[in-house]
Amino acid sequence: MSFTPDRAAIRFGCGLSPTRAAPGSVDDMLGALSGPDQAATDFPIPGMDPVYANLLAERDARRAYRKAKTEEDREAASKTLTQTRRSLRIEAAGWFGQTLLRRAQTPDGFRERLVAFWTDHFTAQGKVQSLILSQANYAEEAIRPHVTGRFADMLRATTTHPLMLHYLDQISSIGPNSRAGKRNPDRGLNENLAREVLELHTLGVGGPYTQDDVRAFANLLTGMGFDYKRGFAFRKAASEPGEHAILDGRYDGGGGLDAIHAALDDLATHPATARHIAGKLAVHFVGDNPDPALVEALETRFNDTQGDLLAVCEALLTHPAAWTHQPGNVKQPVDFIGSSLRALDVQPRQMPMKRLGRMRRFFYDPLTLMGQTWGQPTGPDGWPEADEDWITPARLAARLQWAMFTPLRLRRTLPDPRDFVDVALGDLAPEEVRFAANAAETRPEGVGIVLSSVAFQRM
Amino acid sequence: MTHQSRRRFLTRSLALGCSLAASPLMTPVTFASAPWDSRLVVIILRGGLDGLDAVRPVGAPEFNTLRGGLVTGEDPTTLDLDGYFALHPGLSDLMPLWRAGQLGFAHAVSTPYRDKRSHFDGQDVLEAGTGAPGLEHTRNGWLNRLLTQVPGATAETAFAIGRQSMLLTKGDAPVSDWSPEASLVLSTQAERLLDLVTHDDPLFRDALSEAIDLSQSGAVNLDEEVDTADMLNAMQDRAAPAARGKLVSQIARFAASRLKEDTRIAAYSLSGFDTHAKQSRSIPRAMKQISENILTLKSELGAVWDKTTVVAMTEFGRTVRVNGTGGTDHGTGGLMIMAGGALKGGRVVADWPGISDTALYQGRDLMPTRDLRAHTGWIMRGLFGLDRSLIENTVFPGLDLGDDPGLLL
Repeated sequence: MSFTPDRAAIRFGCGLSPTRAAPGSVDDMLGALSGPDQAATDFPIPGMDPVYANLLAERDARRAYRKAKTEEDREAASKTLTQTRRSLRIEAAGWFGQTLLRRAQTPDGFRERLVAFWTDHFTAQGKVQSLILSQANYAEEAIRPHVTGRFADMLRATTTHPLMLHYLDQISSIGPNSRAGKRNPDRGLNENLAREVLELHTLGVGGPYTQDDVRAFANLLTGMGFDYKRGFAFRKAASEPGEHAILDGRYDGGGGLDAIHAALDDLATHPATARHIAGKLAVHFVGDNPDPALVEALETRFNDTQGDLLAVCEALLTHPAAWTHQPGNVKQPVDFIGSSLRALDVQPRQMPMKRLGRMRRFFYDPLTLMGQTWGQPTGPDGWPEADEDWITPARLAARLQWAMFTPLRLRRTLPDPRDFVDVALGDLAPEEVRFAANAAETRPEGVGIVLSSVAFQRM
Repeated sequence: MTHQSRRRFLTRSLALGCSLAASPLMTPVTFASAPWDSRLVVIILRGGLDGLDAVRPVGAPEFNTLRGGLVTGEDPTTLDLDGYFALHPGLSDLMPLWRAGQLGFAHAVSTPYRDKRSHFDGQDVLEAGTGAPGLEHTRNGWLNRLLTQVPGATAETAFAIGRQSMLLTKGDAPVSDWSPEASLVLSTQAERLLDLVTHDDPLFRDALSEAIDLSQSGAVNLDEEVDTADMLNAMQDRAAPAARGKLVSQIARFAASRLKEDTRIAAYSLSGFDTHAKQSRSIPRAMKQISENILTLKSELGAVWDKTTVVAMTEFGRTVRVNGTGGTDHGTGGLMIMAGGALKGGRVVADWPGISDTALYQGRDLMPTRDLRAHTGWIMRGLFGLDRSLIENTVFPGLDLGDDPGLLL
């Protein structure tokens, strides 16, 4: 059980491509990760700024609507509002398109997979229309810069990110003894973010924390807020004063962000966090029941390096259990579509990008039918990992539908299915898939059958 | 969510070309009778249905002042229900059911969700059934928790239908899922080759054979051979906007086809109820969905309709006053719609608070006077004979069921 280029591209990357070589070695993969982020340069996605700008424009339009004195003004404001919303939907379809193009064309597929993994680990989503569309922007700001850096930095970036503060109700939480709390005795603490940081993002559900820790941590987190003009903003008036005891640490409340950062750093390097993250990484990249030795190796490296994520990636790629010949995980829908686009070598000009109708038919709707509505998992625990959750009759049918019909819509001509087997599956192509590709009655059907095969659906 | 099904055992692989009845793999377990004979359909109405428009309190002295702006066309009292409430014209097709006692309403109901009036949190609370928006409780839904407690429940017992995953059915108990939109249209050759490239992997093989089976139930008749051109045409048709409208009745047809077999609970959602503007123009279509859906269930279920109860619930009601754009905004107290042959209908069940200024919740919303979970709990108790403690501790933890509203025959 050791590295092979094709398995590396399929299991740890975005799949095989007719034009982008599979990585030649583990050093190649780590080298690419340590180097510049080529895909982000080639297919740029902005941070949250355009989302905030749009929300401000929406707010202005609503204000104009309320203040409108004539029917004409009212109609005009209503039109502006509709246009503002629509323009954000179109922009967001473009960002989503860029995300897919990165998978199709990146020289460094492992990075895209890591971004997806960590975005899911730190699930945050909008609860109002315009913020629902900001998933790619959140990932670009809070996740992507840190996937090869320190876990502690990613934890800081996500915990203080406006989308997270909004999603887990931190913005409505105020310290009961803070100035704002004394002024508004009917408002108070919201524990949601504190609980999820402990349970989902760091220590894990079985971790060594109690309800008292949740409470104390929630008290410490008060004060974090944001507005659409400045982004993150610390509101001292809402910050609970006093000393907050979380696990073995003592943090000064009422003081600002430093104490919060200190608590997050301690959580980020806690041994329970190392164990939790190691298990999740192994399950996500290798299989639903990973070799305990692999998990232990990841945990040890995480602990030894205080959560240096590049070092943890190295531990993953150099462990023999990572290269098991056993069938790997079922690809999640985004991985399936991404690797299909890569095998089909879909070019930027072939992506409908800002054409909403097509983006819906080709990508948004199929992803929903496959069980993975873009950017909207059903809870803060993110997408499920078990193969059985993805391969239900309905969800498999949606994959097959997509495989049979969408490639032809994206590319005017499809490759010969007999060649496509080698492109898509390389030296891992099973004999029956070769046979089936050869026996298909038409090109779309042949390509669809290759993409539907278990060999392609698993990693 | 774990998904399995009895079809898992009934593979259509080429090697097993024997007839269904003769299959050696058809164990008694696969056709074990479901835990009960009654059927329950749960419909989530997403967006916040305006209960005061669906079932209008035309007998309230304030009605014309507050709600007159939403009434168009005929005199609203022509669809009189009980002398006080009248039905929205978009639901008029349901009048025969009302007269037959197979349609009923619970008015001024809500979940315990209050004040923030967010769809997102409101729907989470509705589907989690735990009574609080704290997300630590919302890893699973109340229907799923019910299934974990029922001896004899199999994956086939409950079906989640539709494109979107639902918190309502998420959890440890196995629940089957299907969406008519996922229906496969395959040539014989494609079907054969797909079998070939999946048959070594039981997960894929079984899901494929079931998907092929399910694609035929409740959907278009596809018995005849199709070729690739037909397939492409069929797929294009399905993507057309006209097909979207049909989807609602397809969902009902599919649900009925399952409920006539081993399935006892079907759940799905309808959307389009968030009527902030020009409500009198937008809400009829949304109402039509409900009536079409219920009527399709009735006609497709045949005799099984008599054992069936349908409950349709929404995350919150809407403001009592009409806003500046001819619509209504997110409110609190709302409406639960009930139908079915097992229902003791023909009644609007409510501890009715009225809609005068002083009766409103926070001066703006219909005052909720009963937790909709209590009604739902009593219906499940009646249909499935569940223990009161199981409902109050597990399905809807912390709920006090209160008095029996006597919703079933």
